[in-house]
Amino acid sequence: MKAELSPRRQVFLYGLLCILLIPFVFPTWWMVTSSVKPISDIFAFPPQLLPESYDWTTYSKVFELQPFVKQYWNSAYIAALVTIGTMVVSSMAGYAFARIKFPFANAIFMVVLLGLLIPSEVTIVPLFQMFLKAGMVNTHWPLILVPIFGAPSVFATFVMRQFFIALPVELEEAARVDGLGRFKIFRKIALPLARPALASVAIFTFLHSWNLYLEPIVFLSSADKFTLPQALTQYTDAYGGPMWNIQLAAATLTALPVLIVFIIAQKQFVEGLAHTGLKG
Amino acid sequence: MAVVQQTARPEGRSSSSFWTVARRDSLAGFLFIAPQLIGITLFVLIPLCLVFWYSLHEWNVLANTFTYTGLANYQMLLEDTSLPSVLGATAIFSAGLVIFNLSLALLLAVLLNQKLAGITIFRTLFFSPVVVSLVAWTIVWGFLLQKNGGINGVLLVFGIDGPNWLREPVTAMISVIVVQVFKNVGLNMILFLAALQGVPNELYEAARIDGAPRFKQFRRITLPLISPTILLTSIITIVGSLQVFAQIAVLTQGGPGLTTTVLVYYLYQQAFQFHFFGYGSTLSIMLFVIVAVLTFAQWQMRKRIVFYES
Repeated sequence: MKAELSPRRQVFLYGLLCILLIPFVFPTWWMVTSSVKPISDIFAFPPQLLPESYDWTTYSKVFELQPFVKQYWNSAYIAALVTIGTMVVSSMAGYAFARIKFPFANAIFMVVLLGLLIPSEVTIVPLFQMFLKAGMVNTHWPLILVPIFGAPSVFATFVMRQFFIALPVELEEAARVDGLGRFKIFRKIALPLARPALASVAIFTFLHSWNLYLEPIVFLSSADKFTLPQALTQYTDAYGGPMWNIQLAAATLTALPVLIVFIIAQKQFVEGLAHTGLKG
Repeated sequence: MAVVQQTARPEGRSSSSFWTVARRDSLAGFLFIAPQLIGITLFVLIPLCLVFWYSLHEWNVLANTFTYTGLANYQMLLEDTSLPSVLGATAIFSAGLVIFNLSLALLLAVLLNQKLAGITIFRTLFFSPVVVSLVAWTIVWGFLLQKNGGINGVLLVFGIDGPNWLREPVTAMISVIVVQVFKNVGLNMILFLAALQGVPNELYEAARIDGAPRFKQFRRITLPLISPTILLTSIITIVGSLQVFAQIAVLTQGGPGLTTTVLVYYLYQQAFQFHFFGYGSTLSIMLFVIVAVLTFAQWQMRKRIVFYES
């Protein structure tokens, strides 16, 4: 299949790829360009691929209508905490399941894997009641604690375990003979070697937290607590209809930073996510 | 650990040997998994028991009553006149999503597996929606799919009067499927691409010498060899499709009528909009059973369908 293609086939292939690319790339283009169109042009016919006149006030309105800076900060710090927390919890658990012999290890691993089988939507009702009793509704605690310790981190643990199993054990055994304790071996030898797996875990955990939608709308009720996905849908007029250009401006501000990081580090992203088979 | 060792030491060798390598390892193992195990107990196992317990109760939030009603909520499942359309919508959505997602992913992977200059740029671009914020992606598609939106604008240039995509039953369902597929198909594409690159080139060369046409090579060599990946991606995609919530909430709110009200969205409405926590819990149990049965069934299929396992 990897044979050199004839020039004719190459042209055909490029054409086909470009057509297929439209629904993948055009929406992002349309989001960015429409966000600076005045409201009168936003549904203009024929569609304007480039704005004919610019209205930059959409961006200032994003910040006027809602505490957008606060909401941005909420999403960012929650995603950062969840990412770091998940890396710690999953690398430790993954290492133990891969390397350390302890009683009931297999049985416990099976119980932990149950977390993969149970979509978080199944447990959302009791989780809401538990956090309500603990006085943590309308705080960020549920969005931080559940992903780090609950079902979402199980997948990360599984990825880390698979990685450690594939890692040669000799270095660690030599360190053990030298009298190093388990924690030191993990910290000084195994963990530095696990950087690629940790990078994958970091990427998919960050994206998962950044995109979370059901949990925020269940747990949070005041605008200054909202996370970005929830905030984006709140730019509506008096009749509940979306204010399109402002929504698109806020969406652009939400999507572009991650997109730029992705383009810079695309190899890391693609390979990191491919190695783990993230659920979609 | 250190404390125990110090107090044990004066009594001589025999008792300090309590902390053998095996015992220390056991302790270390438990300490390492403790955060995850406590988390799973607190946030998965206990909620799972609770959701079952709730499903046996009538829970009135306003009157603050919580009364045991046995299987009444399960009886209600059978009598709920909305449920058949909800399950129908869920089945259509999941089936449509999996079929469209996997075939598009495979097509893109085959195209990207060709020797062509600049192919990684295409790979990056096809993958890019995966990292675009989900709700941002959904909002811009919602914008494009308006009656006077971008898609109908383009259609009108060609003289076609497009439908009001999100307000008509059939097109609304197609829209939510398509929006979700374009968002995440890049992941499956990358998995397929990795699998395709793992197929040994000699097999194709042998087939070419035997004069097998390209399509036959694909059916007889490629498909069987990548069948483990097809199985894996189909499990991931089906289970993922049952969890789709944000797209429905933003694009159609389950409408028009109940045509795009999938099970998760219905569960959310019952529990958190109408405050029927008991019945919502029963629906949660149903979702759990469906996911478990599907996962188990697909895992069983592995033995029959998957030709080769690495």
